[in-house]
Order: sequence, then structure tokens, then C-alpha cells
Amino acid sequence: MKIAVTSKGKELTSETDPRFGRCRFFLIVDPETGEFQAVENDSSMAMGGAGPQASQTISRLGVEVLITGNVGPNAFQALKASGIKVFIGATGTVEEMIEKYGRGELEEINDPSVASHSGMRQ
Amino acid sequence: MKITVASGKGGTGKTTIATNLALSLEGSHLIDCDVEGPNSHLFFKGPMKKLKDVSIPAPEFDLEKCTYCGKCSDFCQYNAISVIGEKLLFFKELCHGCGGCRIICPVDAITETDHHIGIIENNNDRSLFHGRLDIGEPFGVPIIRELKGLADDEEITIFDSPPGTACPAVESMRDADFCILVTEPTPFGLHDLKLSVNVIREIGIPFGVVVNRDGIGDDRVERFCVEEEIPLLAKIPNDLEIAQAYSRGIPMVEALPRYRELFRAMYDRIRGMI
Repeated sequence: MKIAVTSKGKELTSETDPRFGRCRFFLIVDPETGEFQAVENDSSMAMGGAGPQASQTISRLGVEVLITGNVGPNAFQALKASGIKVFIGATGTVEEMIEKYGRGELEEINDPSVASHSGMRQ
Repeated sequence: MKITVASGKGGTGKTTIATNLALSLEGSHLIDCDVEGPNSHLFFKGPMKKLKDVSIPAPEFDLEKCTYCGKCSDFCQYNAISVIGEKLLFFKELCHGCGGCRIICPVDAITETDHHIGIIENNNDRSLFHGRLDIGEPFGVPIIRELKGLADDEEITIFDSPPGTACPAVESMRDADFCILVTEPTPFGLHDLKLSVNVIREIGIPFGVVVNRDGIGDDRVERFCVEEEIPLLAKIPNDLEIAQAYSRGIPMVEALPRYRELFRAMYDRIRGMI
């Protein structure tokens, strides 16, 4: 299984990025094997539509679970269409979040958690 | 002759300069390009009546034909289309109506419908035109393009630009023969003037500066113009009589005819610079 965590850096010890569409990197982690890769988020500087674009990016990478800070309405719609489960409230490092996910301590959402363009204000 | 009146900062007096310049030049037309909040009509006589509707093409997707190849999504610079597996999502509010997705689609699954975004209005003697963007619509540029198309090259047309240096302001300045940058002699006025100067130099049309409400603030705007070799076209004093007339919707050249000469002289100077 592949989990995407929005991250400010390229390592498991990097700090998570609370934004989804405009995060710097996606850390794609396989919690069973511990393998991971860092993928740069091309939509971080998009004029608009960063959320749906980022959803397409992780969907094409075969991601099934997303862990991030918040997700807006357009991104959520695209993530739902991809069948990706969305967990919010990411703080601390990427590996801490993977552990929290493993212990079932993260909140899965069925609706967007913030308004459009929230990631542009951070 | 097309002259655009612009400014980086809002509230410096673009509309004041644009309306009074137009009213000082017999037979000229004013086109208010601030489609998000046109207000030049407050200083013109007569009601504004609808001239035409403005629409942009909006794509419609035939999902029977669609192969979900994703070419439309890759092409769209505004990320208005997402193709995820066998699902296609269209975000209408992100679409700029460029029509590129229809052209790029290899299986002709995309057709276009008209999407209404606003209207164009004019007054009785056609001395004033303006556009109004529909509430909830994010992009006024297509209306500004339509407005620009109304200008006659043989006549004098003054364009009142929206504030700032983003797409609507750039569209209002582009294709003009000359641009008047209105500023106020304050630190904020100077800061935003510098942004506008950078944009107008990029566009590459001749320009000059009008200082409005001269007498407040300091002389840094004038010093900047000297250093940068930018012509200072006119200074409008911070005159209480102008403000009083303005507050009643009376243009300064009508309330205080002595200012008519100032605007005519400015026009003559601009003509000499083109």
C-alpha cells in the first residue's frame, strides 16, 4: 500500500506540510516495507487548481491514502474520484504521522476540511 | 489615439483623471475598463443602457466519446480539468474559456456552449462605455477585450483601467498609444507607482505620471520621476473645491472650468510624445 504524506522536505524526518495542493513534496511511503520516495509537487506554484492537479499527481503514483493538514473542496472532489482516503491533522514529522496512522489515531474525513484557496494564505 | 489611465494603487484618482480628460476633449470617448466596479458613469449624464452580452466558451464533455486520455487536462494551464482513471472532473470557476481543450481532444468529445460572464453598456450619446462582470464570475479580461474592440482608431478614446498590475490592468494598458499613471505623493502611492512603471516598461508603450492631490505627503514621487526620466504630465492640487464637486458627482472641469486648460495642455503634451 502507498501512503502520501505532504512534506516540507525529502526525508522521513522532514516536517509535514499542512497544505495539500501547495505542499513542497509528497513523501510516498510503504508502511509495510518502510520504503519511501520523495516526489516534488509540480502544482505548488500553480496559478489555480493546485488541489485537483495534486490529486491527479498522487493518483497516478498509485497512492491509496493521503495524510495532510487540510483539504479544500476542489481537491476533495478529485481525491474522492480517485478513491483516495483522506486523513487530516498532520503535524510534526512524516514518520510520526505514519506511526499515528498505523495506530489508528488520525481522523479520516468525508468532506472538505477548509475553504478554497486556504493553502495560498500560508 | 488611445490613452489608458492606470495606477498601481487604488483610489489615487484614475477615474477623476480619465473622466475629466475625456470631458475636456470634444468628441472623445471614455471606456471604463474596471468591469468589477465601473464608476465613471457617475460623472456622465444620462442612464447607461445595455449594448451587448459578453460570453466565453465553456466546454461540455461527451463521456460516451471520451477515452480519458487526459490530454485536455494536461493542456489546461488553469487546471480546470482533472482526469483520474475513468473519471473526468471539470471545475467551471477555474476555466478561462480559451477553447484549447476542444482543439486538443483527439476524439472530438468536447463541444462548447456560451457561458454568460457580463454585459457592456453605453450612455445615450455614446461618449461613455463600460462593462459589468456578472456576480460570481472570476475573470473580467474577456469583457475588457470586447470593450477595447469598440474603440475607433480615428477618434480619441480614453480607457479607465482597473487598479493594480494584474491581468485586467495589463489588458487595459496593452495596445494603448500612451499610458497615464496616476499616483498620489505618499509612500504608498510611490511604492505602487514603481510596480506600475515596471509593468508599463515591459509592455513597452510611452507613459507619463500625473500626481493627484498634490500638496499632501512629500516630494519623493517627483524625485523618482526625475531620477527615472519619466515625464511629469500634471499635478492636480489637493483642492477642497474639487472634492466638494466630486462628492456631488460633478466633474472638476465642469464645476471649476479653470482646470479644463490643464487637461487640454496635458493632452497636447501627450500627443507630442507619441
